Order: sequence, then C-alpha cells, then structure tokens
Amino acid sequence: MSTTQQFCTFFLDGHVFGTPVPKVQEVIQHQEMTRVPLAPEVVSGLINLRGQIVSAIDLRRRLGLEDRPAGQLPMNVVVRTNDGAVSLLVDEIGDVIEVEEDTLESPPETLQGFAREVVRGVYKLSGRLLLALDIDRVVDLSDLAKAKNNREF
Amino acid sequence: MENAWCSKNEFMDDIVKDFLIESNENLDRLDQELVKLESEPSSKELLASVFRTIHTIKGSCGFLGFTRLEKLAHAGENLLSRLRDGKLTLNADITSGLLAMVDAVRQMLGAVKTTGKDGEEDYKALIELLARLQGEAKAGTETAPKESVAQPEGKTPNQAMEAEVSRAKAVENVADASKLGGLLVERGHVREEDLAQALQQQEIGRKKIGEILVAQGAAKPEDVVAAQKTLEARNPDAVVETIRVGVNLLDRLMNLVGELVLARNQLLQFSSSRQDAGFQAVSQRMNLIATELQEEVMKTRMQPIGNVWDKFPRTVRDLALSCGRDVRLEMEGQDTELDRTIIEAIKDPLTHLVRNAIDHGIEAPDVRKQAGKMATGVLKLRAFHEGGQVNIEVSDDGAGLNAERIRQKAIERGVVSAQHVGRMSDRDIFNMIFLPGFSTAEKVTNVSGRGVGMDVVKTNVEKIGGTVDVQSTAGRGTTVKIKIPLTLAIIPALMVTSGGERFAIPQVSLLELVRMDSGEAGKGIEMVHGAPVYRLRGRLLPLVYMNRELQLLSGGRGKKKEDDSAAKEDSIANIVVVQADGREFGLVVDEITDTEEIVVKPLGQQLKGITAYSGATIMGDGRVALILDILGLAQRAQVISARESALAEKEKEKEAGGEGAAQGHQTLLVVQCGDKGRMAIPLSLVARLEEFPASAVELAGAQEVMQYRGQIMPLIRLSRVVAGVATDAAPADAEARLQVVVYSEAGKSVGLVVDRIVDIVDEKLVVQTPAQRHGVLGSSVVQKRVTDLLDVPSVVREVIPGFAESPQAV
Repeated sequence: MSTTQQFCTFFLDGHVFGTPVPKVQEVIQHQEMTRVPLAPEVVSGLINLRGQIVSAIDLRRRLGLEDRPAGQLPMNVVVRTNDGAVSLLVDEIGDVIEVEEDTLESPPETLQGFAREVVRGVYKLSGRLLLALDIDRVVDLSDLAKAKNNREF
Repeated sequence: MENAWCSKNEFMDDIVKDFLIESNENLDRLDQELVKLESEPSSKELLASVFRTIHTIKGSCGFLGFTRLEKLAHAGENLLSRLRDGKLTLNADITSGLLAMVDAVRQMLGAVKTTGKDGEEDYKALIELLARLQGEAKAGTETAPKESVAQPEGKTPNQAMEAEVSRAKAVENVADASKLGGLLVERGHVREEDLAQALQQQEIGRKKIGEILVAQGAAKPEDVVAAQKTLEARNPDAVVETIRVGVNLLDRLMNLVGELVLARNQLLQFSSSRQDAGFQAVSQRMNLIATELQEEVMKTRMQPIGNVWDKFPRTVRDLALSCGRDVRLEMEGQDTELDRTIIEAIKDPLTHLVRNAIDHGIEAPDVRKQAGKMATGVLKLRAFHEGGQVNIEVSDDGAGLNAERIRQKAIERGVVSAQHVGRMSDRDIFNMIFLPGFSTAEKVTNVSGRGVGMDVVKTNVEKIGGTVDVQSTAGRGTTVKIKIPLTLAIIPALMVTSGGERFAIPQVSLLELVRMDSGEAGKGIEMVHGAPVYRLRGRLLPLVYMNRELQLLSGGRGKKKEDDSAAKEDSIANIVVVQADGREFGLVVDEITDTEEIVVKPLGQQLKGITAYSGATIMGDGRVALILDILGLAQRAQVISARESALAEKEKEKEAGGEGAAQGHQTLLVVQCGDKGRMAIPLSLVARLEEFPASAVELAGAQEVMQYRGQIMPLIRLSRVVAGVATDAAPADAEARLQVVVYSEAGKSVGLVVDRIVDIVDEKLVVQTPAQRHGVLGSSVVQKRVTDLLDVPSVVREVIPGFAESPQAV
C-alpha cells in the first residue's frame, strides 16, 4: 500500500495548485491590506492576522500569471514558513484532496519560467492536474532581487 | 522502577543546573572582587568575600562529585586563606594566578554544562602555580615574626586549609546541624543512629553535618541538598525578595502586553464613537491599567547597564597588563537601566570600545609622563538618561585621534577624494573611523590608530536605533558617545499620511512640525541645485517628498521627474522636521494625524531588504501601518550626503577662519545685486540666510543697522558697494522684504543685503578674469553665466573699517 498525502488545493487562473495540508496554517477571507511602497510587486501588502503582521504574496504575480480581473477579491491561504506565517493570495479555495505519493510526475514541459521552478511536480486527478507547489521557494523572494540586479547591470 | 530512576536523574540535573547558575554568578563577582582587591589589598571584607565565594564553589563540587573542579578550587582556597590571614599580601602575580583559576573554573563549568562532567583537563600546572604562590607566602612570612607560630613547619598546606575551612563553617552551629539531620531523618533519608554518630563527629571536627553524612555513605547528596533548601525556605531570614524568572517568560509577557496595548487602542477608538458613559468610564479605566501594566512589564525587562560593565574591570586589568599600560577604570551611572535586548546588543560594541581605548587610546606610562600627564591613564564609562534615550560614553585621556593621519588614510584608501577631505571638519574626519573600509585597512597594515572594527560598533548600535559619535582632542583623549533608545518594543510615534497611506515616524527622529497653508506653501520652498529646500528660520532644510520618495500613486511622478513646478504645486505642505545621523531634513507629508504608542513588529523576510521601513505596527482600527526608518529613508533620498557636504563646508570654514576658499570644487551661493550684478559667495562664508522686513532697518549714524540675535548688525547693500548702483535705487518701501546674507567673523556679524538669492551651486571654480573692481576676486563662469566672485572680507572692511577687531582685541 502506498502512502497518501493530503493536499490543500486552490485555483489560480483556472489551474489547480496545491500544497501539503500541514504547511497550511489557515484559510481566511479576503482581508484589508496595507500597501508597502517600494516592495516587490508580488507583495500585495500586509495583513493583520490577529495581532500578527503577515506579508501577503499575490500568487498570480509570483507565478507569472495574468493579474486577477479587477473586482475579484482574492482569498488568503496562510502558510507556515521558516520565517513565520505568510499569506498567499489565491482566486479560490478548493477541496482537501488525498493523493498517492508515488503518483507524482515531473511538471509538464509547457510550464515555463519561474512557475516551473516552484512546481515540484504534478498529480493526475480525474480529468485535471494538481500542481504541487514548493512553498518555501515561493515565499523566498531573493530570486527577484537577483533578477533585478541582473537587469541593472 | 525506571520512572523513579528517571526522576532522580532529573532531580540531579536540577541541582547541577542550580549549581551552574549560582557558580557562574559567583565567578563574575570573583572577577570584580579580585580586581578591586588588587587596588585595596588590605581590605579584609573583600578578602573574606572572595574566600567565601571560592569556598562555596568548592563545597558544592564536593557534593556533586566534580573532583577535578574541587581540587582546583581547593588550591585557590588555600592561597586565599593565607591572604586573608595576612600571611601574604596580594600582588599582581597572585591576582593573575587567582584570575587564571577563576577562568579555569569557568571552563570546567562550561564542560559540566555541556557534558555533565568536569572535563579531562586537571590543570596541574595551574594548581602547582597556586601552590607555589602560596610557598612564596611561606617564604615571606618567615621574616614576619608572629607568623612563625601560626604556621608551624610540619603542617601541610592541606591541613592549614582544613583549619580555614572549619573556621569558615563555624557559623553553622550544632543546632542548625541537628535541624538538618532531623529533617533528613523525618524524610527517611537517614537513619537515626547515623545522625547521632554524625553529630558527634561534627562537634569534634566542626565539619558540615551534610558532608559527614555523605562521607559516611549514610545519605545521598541530593537528599541533603533538598533538605537544605527546605530549611532555607522555612527560615524567614533566608527568604529573598527576588525570584528567578525565565527570560522567555518575560518576553512572552512583553508580547502579550503589546497585544493588550493594541486591543486597548482599539477599544478606546470604539468607545469614543459611543455615547455610553458607563462604557467610556470602563474603557478609560482599562486604559489606565493597561498603561500601568505596560510600564511595569517593561520594568521587568530593564537591567542596569552595570551588568555589562561588571566584566570590564577584569578586561581592563588584563588588557592593560598585556599592553603595558597603566589604566584606571572609572564608572559612572552603573544603575542606568536599559531594556534587556538592548543590553545584549551593546555588550560587544562596548567591549570593543573599551579595548580600543586601552590598546590605541591610552599611551604607555613613560610616553604619558613625557607628555606631562599622569602615568595612569583614565578610562571612563558613563551612562545617563537624557530625552528618552540612554547615553553611554566611553572616554579616555589618551593621545586622541590624529586627524591628519585619518585624512591621509582616507585618501590612500580611496574613501574620499583629496579635495573633499580638505573640506571636511575634524568631526567628520573622526567619524570616518566608523567607515567599513577604514577599519580593515588599519587591521591589515597593523598601524596603530583607532578604527579596528569600529564599523561593527556603528552597525550594531544603529541596528538598535542608536547613534555613535566620536569626539577627540589631540593629546587630550577621545570620547565615543553612544545614544540608544530605552526600549525597542513599544515606542511613541507620530502618525502621518502620505498618498493615502498611514506611516509611523518614531518620536526619537522627530524635531518639529511645520505647517504651511495653501497660500504660503510654494513660498517657503525653494529649489536649490535641483533639490527642494525649505527656509526654516534662515536655515536651508533639504526636503524629501514622501509620496515621491516612496513612489506612492497620488504623488505619481517618481523622484526623477521632480522639478520646480512640481514642488510648487503641492498646495498644502506639512513638513515633519526629522533628524537622522545628526543631520536634519524635512519630510513633506499630506497630513499629520496624531502621536501614539505603537508596538513595533518585525516585517517578514520578503520585505527586509527595503531600508525605508524599520517595521510595522497595528493601529487602533486594526489596520497595519508601516514604521519609517528615517535613516534608511534619508539615505535613499540621498538627502544626508548632500547636506553633509554643505555642513562640512561650513564647519571647515569656522575652523579655518576664512582661508578655506581655495581652488577646486566649491559650493557657491549665487545672488543677484542690481540688474546685472550676478555674484557668487562661497557658501562656506555664509553663516545664515535671512529675510527681514525693510522696516527692521535702523540707522546708527550713517550706517544702516538692524537688531539681530541680541547684536547690532551692520548692513551692507551689496548693490551699492559692488555693483555701483545709485543709492536711491533701492526704494525705501517698508513693506518690502530684505534678503540678507549673514557673514560672521570672530563673533561679529554683518548682513549683506542682496536683491535676490538665485541658487546654491557646486562647481569647479576657475577664476578667468582677474579682479577689475574693488571687492571682487575675479569673474568666473557659474551655471554658464559670468559671475563675479565676491571678496567678502574686503568688502566688509571697506564699509566698516576695523570690523571684528576692536572689542575683541582689548
């Protein structure tokens, strides 16, 4: 019998993404955010999570997807990272799905750029693909700084 | 069974832990006391205390079976006992030996902490050294007549020691012993017969009852320790007023209080919008309690700075010895309290400064004598509260910093250009020792001079929101001043709005607030060298538009597109005058709301790279606001460096008394006098720029004067003197405003009246045409226009002969 893992899934621009449930601290409704001027544009702002200040990262931007249509409010998936909680802004929340570990396949060739780096692999679900995200890579924005430096020189 | 075994082990662990904490504290005290003892070797009190401390450590080691440790402490104790009895006087060798013992004990304790054993090293050499030192004592005592009896030849040092120990224990009377024994029996740890036997022995040998029982194998050491503790707890005299609380607990308490303060803020805002008197009364009360609680909890984390300083006597002593210096350490304000986190953060920088002062500051005794100073150098630590901040000063009366050498080094290292360095004041020069490149350079070449790792000192201090400044007088010494906030957790801040966002500006950076109504707005703000400045009481204050600097949408233009018109169209201007790194600048914001106590929360790693913020906080309405890092913002806006050079120029001028105006790049004030008279005055000669109503002008004889800062300041109309415009060209309109460039020399001021102040420019000055007129050094091209370079001193002397000479000369 192969081991199974529970994935918390969410939608981004029609794709299904997921992260192992233990990584997720909580899922909350859209929160009012405070913009952070000068911040990388993937950082949408700061939210007050019961007295704790948490950065919100727009996953669409982070993965190089198109911006969310105006007026559509994102949801917050608060994930645990080495540096405390970080909120990921997603379009919509999906179900918790149980997947078999050994069905993980390498990401499709069509996945390009940064998205390819942070998608650990895909699980085939009935009729669709679940893209498993490497959360620690997603919240580590040091690649942005590097890219920026490269552009400058 | 296994459980019982485990719990016993844990119990043992607890005992060891207590022993470690206690011993480490004792060792710290030993360090201080030994150093102190060196300066007053005859102090019985100190000796007794040192002896007692070592004895306690030795005793506990015996209980816990750390034999190596015990042996070492024993050797130290022997030596000390002879000192105590006056058989030997303390000298530097003995102190060093004892200090080495303290270090060895500390190392062993470290081993105990990590491995549970007292290590493999048996410190044979050290023990021998201690014995030898004691032997010297013997040799010395033979000359002293009374000693021959007290120290019979045949008695081994060990026996002598035993006698000392028992004397020390004499305080413990039999009654106490039987109480302890009784308790042990009561608990079933010791049989009654054993106790009776032990008590008998005790009366003979005057040993501790516990020790006897353990030695006989009648009781387990842990039982004895536990029983002793119980007794101490029962004894009302032994009850101490303090308890030990884990630092983690205090930190958690602090966090919770932080949360409470936030909730309180929210509650207050909520209650003010309600018409319920009862509710308001309750929330007011809640407000008071929360404030008080916050203060008290903050206090629990406060520690006197003496805790850090306590180890300095030892450091200073050791370092002075190894560097061949004679240093006296003076401390003032040891009880100045600081938040624990800050204490931690300044520990290393302070140690560094102390080391530096001895190593590079204070000279060797013979050098000092030659310089006519006392052979003993004084290193002074001073701490005091001032304006919500803690000031710490480390000063020495050594050689002081060599400004010339730093200048050279700076040029050599390419830190600054030779031209720039010439214009820097000594103060700025001294502060260059904090530059990173500087210190490593010093280290590599091993040249003596301050600056080794000073950049680390500065970074560490700035990390906790503090500032460092160095002052020095050649031959007289150096003082490093550190200013740090009291606490980091909760700070008062000014809330401002810019571009629709709220920001908090920490009160410590705040100097004053200036509000200009729409009418005045454009007027006070001028463009100088492409950058906006505000004339605040005659000073030029560089401005930073917050909305542009932070690229907020409503500002929208971005910094690069900043231009004259943009500066003027902002209809209302609220200027928050702030200081960073000792420099002032104005922050233009949309709105100034309130001051509030805010709880500083860190930003996530994603935002750490942005230097403009030092953190974030949660406001009364539950929303997040960013806390501005004024220093970071200033550096971003490059407002500090620009102003710095202007200031340096001025300061240099003050010191050089007017000779500084040489060739090369210069900052020039360009003024207009009459229609064609475009003139440049070196900014270094300008004390202030002022604007006065024409009605303020009075006449003293034929000379126009005005009252200025308690002086009568003569006025010179430049257009008349230099540009040769007819006297009545300047209409006597009382409503008109006079633009006055104030020039000062030797405490006297004179006002140069100009028609208009055009600009301040930084240009390479090449005098192309020699002087053709009086009062003009020559002509040059400034901003692509021919401009006369004004010879201010000669103009002044022409109009007012003997300016700044007469009264001072008498």
